Amino acid sequence: MSVDRIPPKPREGLLFDQSVPGKRGSEVPAADIPDAPPLDRRFTRREIDGFPELSEREVARHFTRISRLNYGNDQGFYPLGSCTMKYNPKVNEKVARLDGFAEIHPLLPTEAVQGSLQVMAELERFLCEIAGMDAFTLQPAAGAQGELTGIRMVRAHHESRGHPRQVVLIPDSAHGTNPASAHLCGYRVEEIASDARGCVDLAALRARMSDDVAVLMLTNPNTLGVFETDIGEICRVLHEGGGLVYLDGANLNAFVGVARPGDMGADVMHVNLHKTFSTPHGGGGPGSGPVGVKEPLTRFLPMPRVVRADKGYRLSSEFPDSIGKVHSFHGNFGMLIRAYAYILANGAAGLREIAETAVLNANYIRKRLEGTYHLPYASPTLHEVIFSDRNLEKYGVRTLDVAKRLMDYGFHPPTIYFPLVVKGALMIEPTESEGIEEMDAFIDAMIRIAREAEEDPEVLHAAPHTTPVGRLDEAAAARRPVLRWTPELSPKPGP
Amino acid sequence: MRYIPSCPEERRRLLRAVGLERSEQLFDSIPAEFRLKRPLNLPDPMAEADLVAHLRDLSRKNLDPHGSAVFLGAGAYRHFIPAVVDHLISRSEFYSSYTPYQPEFSQGTLQAIFEFQTMICQLTSMDVSNASLYDGASALGEGILLACRARRRKKIVAADSIHPEYLKVASTLTSHLGIRIETVPSDAGGAADSGRIARSLDAETAALVIQQPNFLGRLEEVEAMAEAAHRAGALLIVVINEAVSLGLLKGPGSQGADVVLGEAQSFGVPLSYGGPYLGFMAVNSACLRELPGRLVGQARDSMGRTGYVLTLATREQHIRREKATSNICTNEGLCMLAASIFLATLGKQGMRELAEQNRNRAEYARSKLERIPGCRIPLAGPTFNEFVLELPAAAKPVHQTLLREGIVAGLPLSDYFPDRKKDLLLAFTEVNGRSEIDRLTRSLEAAL
Repeated sequence: MSVDRIPPKPREGLLFDQSVPGKRGSEVPAADIPDAPPLDRRFTRREIDGFPELSEREVARHFTRISRLNYGNDQGFYPLGSCTMKYNPKVNEKVARLDGFAEIHPLLPTEAVQGSLQVMAELERFLCEIAGMDAFTLQPAAGAQGELTGIRMVRAHHESRGHPRQVVLIPDSAHGTNPASAHLCGYRVEEIASDARGCVDLAALRARMSDDVAVLMLTNPNTLGVFETDIGEICRVLHEGGGLVYLDGANLNAFVGVARPGDMGADVMHVNLHKTFSTPHGGGGPGSGPVGVKEPLTRFLPMPRVVRADKGYRLSSEFPDSIGKVHSFHGNFGMLIRAYAYILANGAAGLREIAETAVLNANYIRKRLEGTYHLPYASPTLHEVIFSDRNLEKYGVRTLDVAKRLMDYGFHPPTIYFPLVVKGALMIEPTESEGIEEMDAFIDAMIRIAREAEEDPEVLHAAPHTTPVGRLDEAAAARRPVLRWTPELSPKPGP
Repeated sequence: MRYIPSCPEERRRLLRAVGLERSEQLFDSIPAEFRLKRPLNLPDPMAEADLVAHLRDLSRKNLDPHGSAVFLGAGAYRHFIPAVVDHLISRSEFYSSYTPYQPEFSQGTLQAIFEFQTMICQLTSMDVSNASLYDGASALGEGILLACRARRRKKIVAADSIHPEYLKVASTLTSHLGIRIETVPSDAGGAADSGRIARSLDAETAALVIQQPNFLGRLEEVEAMAEAAHRAGALLIVVINEAVSLGLLKGPGSQGADVVLGEAQSFGVPLSYGGPYLGFMAVNSACLRELPGRLVGQARDSMGRTGYVLTLATREQHIRREKATSNICTNEGLCMLAASIFLATLGKQGMRELAEQNRNRAEYARSKLERIPGCRIPLAGPTFNEFVLELPAAAKPVHQTLLREGIVAGLPLSDYFPDRKKDLLLAFTEVNGRSEIDRLTRSLEAAL
């Protein structure tokens, strides 16, 4: 590939470099009242030093240009494992922006927000049915906040029985938020090893279970894309020892409509509306992480809760055992409407079709790439498949090189180096949103990259070649962090 | 299903390719006892047109936002959002992308965060800002955890004029960790009571927390609070609810604050019944290593080109697991982007004028409302765009009477403080023109 002949793409400077004193992009509404006497100078600032001054036209062009330095799910395949980068239906964006939702203040009296409360009540019922749980809170703003909420309820449950217990057990394949959330709830984290199948080692769990264990946090299917087939027995072990099972529902897309965590014995779980239920990832949020519980834990749910009233719905805070609040007001309501619309669009049949297609797609990719790439776990694949870079080691090519090279072929890389139990992991989750052609193009690129590793490893080491910037020196960036613009950063004016 | 690109025939092809006959076999690894034997009990699938009609109907069960005059703030503010904001955040390069873990494919998001961090630093007069947090309330919880780590102390002194929901959330996030939040009653004017606060601050105190403007709308003397906190070896945390105030008020960093955090929903994020909003946190450089959440820094590639990367990730959960500064994984990316576009569009002059107009409208309303017989302003002293009005009678029934006329007369404070039965907390922004304010005055006078 003659990469040298491709000229460097023009870069878009910072807002601050384009700023010119006196420009403006907006006017305030006409003044229809007299100016008030000025506020005492000890409260007021002079001006906001360095703040941008641009016309609307320049702002629109700036953000359009930098948007084109991004790669989104609508541009192409985005097989980021454990993130479920499915299509974000456009109608969800439309309904969330209806004035009757978007312009509604969270502290309006309940008679003025019956539409919003109905959305929340029905979404809670849908999630209960989908997950097999008895009640949900919609307050947590993300999966990690859901985990924290869930583990706080676990703690409240144990405290109500005399002692919070000390330990949270977490498999070594778990996402990093699990241990961080458990730690923030005041628990000590202990890892449970995976066995040769990539599942929880049941014997190790049995040996470890005792009355200091508050809860096991289990992702199912786990981060290897493998169903924890011993889930029934795992729950029994925990329950017999007086512990609970927290199910991380990050991977619910694998069996939505096919199986329900509540039926498997989970006591608490969170779902990520920004994964299974299609709300956009937004370049890193906002998300939404509702938490479901079984009946014995419902009294600990955050407040307020939406309850039925004589006419319609009301908000109730009459739950003395509640853990309190985890988010101001009612959580990320704008995400709730999108998920609600998504469930309604799909219905039961559509949700099942999602799981079937997502799992089928992952198995297809596995089938076609197995052998070219090393498959560390042979267990059946559900929604995602994990390869490693072992077959490329002999050429001095690593997972990072494969990921960066994929960009040159126009694909977003898979999740890399996670889960930690696989050395050099490449975690591929196609979701149901890809057809055969897009998957085949991706698979062909992966195969071609494996061949390049053998024939021309340098092109991989230096990849990507076609992106707005090449590999950035992250170590140097962390050593001497530049975390904001200052006038010294601006390019010097020319002669 | 219309969102799935492969048709049944293609899926049969894929099934054959993986050596299966029926799609149920895909789930053979799930024990039969856990496989659903029935379809989920959900409504039938809806066509897009039906879905839009259904949600439109539901939205009409809410208050008609255009047929009403709303004077409600209390932590969520109705501001005009220039059209350019929604147009730009609707570009799918932004909204359908993930967290920028692959910087070469995410320079748009990363540059926008770098610009956001800069503008938050400029507004708050602080050294470092993160890439945003969930909301103002959880930002306070995170700020308290930061202060306890940084000072290795476990007591927090907080003025009782901080948003009550923020204190509730902070308590949920910290109470089981042995952290004690001591709230100090405000003075007769509704501002933080410097005498009482000085007596509460001691060698155990990690931070003093105040809000500017505070929950009752009063402006606080930040410099004096910073001195008091620092004398006790504690940090000063300043909470912001109404971020538009920063266009007019001093950046708390210039007054000695160590941490400035709160809610930036006012910057181009719709009310949306309480979320998603935009928590933010800015600190002085001494607290950098304790800062939770994502951070973007400038970097260079091998050809010397400038780019942006997530940096200092060794504070974060995906590297540090249980030793991380926080469990936070996402930020509020798209709300952060909306705020960046909003701030860039308003610019230096626009921010100042917006803040001044908000205050002017509140001052005008105040002058009208306090002339209604029996009404008074119970808390003397300077405010920004929100203040407490005391009625001669219980506020809640009056509030309901006005609601029937399409006027939302702020927040009856008894919702949060049972002893403030006669008080309304009223907010005024650039969307509340003179005629709306005059209508409020007339209707209130008639209802009393």
